[in-house]
Amino acid sequence: MTRARVLIRPKEGILDPQGKAVERALPALGFEGIEHVRVGRMVELEAEDPARLAELCEKLLANPLIEDYEIVTL
Amino acid sequence: MIWGVLQFPGSCDERDALHACELSGGEARLIWHEERGLEGIDAVVVPGGFSYGDYLRAGAIARFSPAMEAVAEFAAGGGPVLGICNGFQVLCEAALLPGALLLNERMRFVCRQLDLIAVDGPETGHIDTIAARRPALSIPAKHGEGRYWAPDEVLDEIEARGQVAYRYAPGQNPNGSARDIAGVRNEAGNVLGLMPHPEHAVDPLTGSTDGLRIFEAVAAAGVAA
Repeated sequence: MTRARVLIRPKEGILDPQGKAVERALPALGFEGIEHVRVGRMVELEAEDPARLAELCEKLLANPLIEDYEIVTL
Repeated sequence: MIWGVLQFPGSCDERDALHACELSGGEARLIWHEERGLEGIDAVVVPGGFSYGDYLRAGAIARFSPAMEAVAEFAAGGGPVLGICNGFQVLCEAALLPGALLLNERMRFVCRQLDLIAVDGPETGHIDTIAARRPALSIPAKHGEGRYWAPDEVLDEIEARGQVAYRYAPGQNPNGSARDIAGVRNEAGNVLGLMPHPEHAVDPLTGSTDGLRIFEAVAAAGVAA
């Protein structure tokens, strides 16, 4: 089995209100100089056939219209 | 006229939808998400709620249910389908409707009565939202992920083809939806999805019966199909 992580994030150019909310909260906590915060999801899995992971991402884990994904095998 | 109202684990508006279907004329029955057949059904409602807990993305898992496979076939055959709120999200995830619904712009769950403006659609063979028009339809919305989004070129296309079915009245866009879009239809016009809840606006007791106009328009398409 291949262990993998799939990172899913909102596509560039799509407003990410979660990221914005985090970004706005940071200065109040003393974290200056942090920009362009984007919040996404991470899915960990084990796959018999890692060659099929891209298809899995396209069909279920991500919505390719609004999200980018990245497969990291471990 | 027989309505089928889908029910997923996590649906919560299917009973109100059944009631609205019955008020608009005809019988209505629940279709459990594991059922595959829609024999004898004239129109389908994909109701609101949180199908499969909204895990992963709203509508992402419901899309793969046996009942949704049946709905895709039903829609391909011209049968009228109405998706409300989570049902709209499911129809977008299933690519039966264009675009996607994102987290509300201001991160707040919206729960308020809104005015909807019906937009003219294709001439024939569709759910006639214009028959359902009055100056505006007063219908409540309640959602956290209702910001309609599609790439600009897709928005241009669906506007040109008359696929925008409803817009929020000027100044009332509650979630940052692109071009104030509250509801869209497919190219054939037999699949309609919207974020606000017409099934909650069917009784004078709760302030508006405008939601019934939408159910009646879907029923008319169901009789014609």
